[in-house]
Amino acid sequence: MEVIKGRVFVLGDDVDTDQILPGYAMAEPFDQLGKYAMAGAPGLDFLNRVQPGDIIVAGRNFGCGSSREQAPIALKMAGVGLVVAAGFARIFRRNAINIGLPVYVAEIADVLKDGDIIEVDMVKGTVRYAEGQVTAKPLSENVLKTLDYGGLIPRVRAELGISQ
Amino acid sequence: MAMTMTQKILAQKAGKPSVVAGELVECNLDLVFGNDITGPVAIGEFYKMGATKVFDPNKVALVPDHFTPNKDIAAAGLAKTTREFARKMGVHYFEVGQVGVEHALLPEKGLIKPGDAVIGADSHTCTHGALGAFTTGVGSTDMAAGMATGTAWFKIPEAIKVTVTGKKQKHVSGKDVILHLIGILGVDGARYRSLEFGGDIAQLTMDDRFTIANMAVEAGAKNGIFPVDEVTLEYIAAHGGNKGVAYAADPDAEYVQEVVIDLNEVPLTVAFPHLPENARTVAEAEKMKIAIDQVVIGSCTNGRIDDMRAAAAVLKGRKVADYVRCIIFPATQAIWKQCVDEGLMNIFIDAGAAVSTPTCGPCLGGHMGILAEGEKCVSTTNRNFVGRMGHVTSEIYLASPAVAAASAVAGYICGPDSLE
Repeated sequence: MEVIKGRVFVLGDDVDTDQILPGYAMAEPFDQLGKYAMAGAPGLDFLNRVQPGDIIVAGRNFGCGSSREQAPIALKMAGVGLVVAAGFARIFRRNAINIGLPVYVAEIADVLKDGDIIEVDMVKGTVRYAEGQVTAKPLSENVLKTLDYGGLIPRVRAELGISQ
Repeated sequence: MAMTMTQKILAQKAGKPSVVAGELVECNLDLVFGNDITGPVAIGEFYKMGATKVFDPNKVALVPDHFTPNKDIAAAGLAKTTREFARKMGVHYFEVGQVGVEHALLPEKGLIKPGDAVIGADSHTCTHGALGAFTTGVGSTDMAAGMATGTAWFKIPEAIKVTVTGKKQKHVSGKDVILHLIGILGVDGARYRSLEFGGDIAQLTMDDRFTIANMAVEAGAKNGIFPVDEVTLEYIAAHGGNKGVAYAADPDAEYVQEVVIDLNEVPLTVAFPHLPENARTVAEAEKMKIAIDQVVIGSCTNGRIDDMRAAAAVLKGRKVADYVRCIIFPATQAIWKQCVDEGLMNIFIDAGAAVSTPTCGPCLGGHMGILAEGEKCVSTTNRNFVGRMGHVTSEIYLASPAVAAASAVAGYICGPDSLE
């Protein structure tokens, strides 16, 4: 989990939860949420282009808006392996970690284009791309541990010794 | 160590004499709630973590308000999951016929009081800071953990102080104040911070304060909070009577930013697509003659009795413009009844407006007023994100009930004084 490498989708500032997962999608069956990931982002054609392990790179305030946990769940179900943004809205970041979707704060959207490959080391605090690298704050041990378990609930179950 | 209102509440709930910004604390919760779209996910997680009962049925509430009355079979399933869990656990629950929009209903039922620490699986949970409580939105996993343990972890927020001075001008309401403030702060200007209101708040009605605190999250804030005064106590006396604990900020509490809002200078304001920070004056919008297709008056932001009265005052003796849909949603059954008792319902119907049972439906593009391709809507709700109320090419202009009602009559965005 510490190092994630993948192909990027580059998005702008203030990508809101209605773009990540439109309100109407929340009435759809839970296991189908991935089919609506980024369905509210006009012109992105995300679902036809996304491949397992892809990384979303965005500007400031990613995930602003609703507290719907279905938003990070949809990204995870669609195969997104990591979201890197210059900043996250508070509730979205907490939800993403809780459901086991890695999120990482780094300012790199401006130097990347769709399809570029990056390698993010969330322990060392580096994001490497073809032309160079940027440094960022490493993830806390606690957050890394939750992500390693795949989210807060699997972690709590493991720590309480509840079997599968 | 000097503390803000928010910091004092969190210190108290964490059992500590004082806290500082940035510190992580575990707090006891006075209420944990969710709705028919966040609740079912939380219920699933609740059982997955091995929980079998809620920490205190009196401190948990489920409010099926989003896709109710059930919009389709899938939504009916979500409502059923919510209902069955509520019945099994014996928590507060409000069936269709008693239900209202959660952030209007819970204070009305006296379930939140000054000094409380509350989490709700809905981003507009910050609304209840109007009562002098710490209330913040969380996701379903945090709601599940809260229901099981009665506690939640918080990072103590830094604060922005918003001092209110002056007097509201004609037709200006809490909605204009908060749109104006978000225009100043930006949609992430208060990210992770608390918005602490103060100054001459006696100028703001309780409903103004609910509207203002409701949209704190649209500036990215963790919570918004008002001090407790006579206006708060009067509201509480009429809704359950539990006065709780009133906390005041220390005079030397630290703020990372201070903003003064002179009400004399707050104009009628409208937020243009597609972010709440795109605040412009209604006067400026009016010159652009922006033709509209729909008006929505209601929601957790503006579905209270002040809002209904403001809309009725404009609609009285007038008609909604041809080919414009005006849909009004009183936020709770009590407000609905009050609209009947005060004669507002006749005004709405005579004007050609549709009046709906309480629901969040249109605000999040759920049901009861979805926008088609390219349509424009003036809405008293809280978000004008791309496609939020329907098709991705539709546009939302956020405004107060008075401006929304006037726009419904004119057929384009305008203020009440511009009507004949």
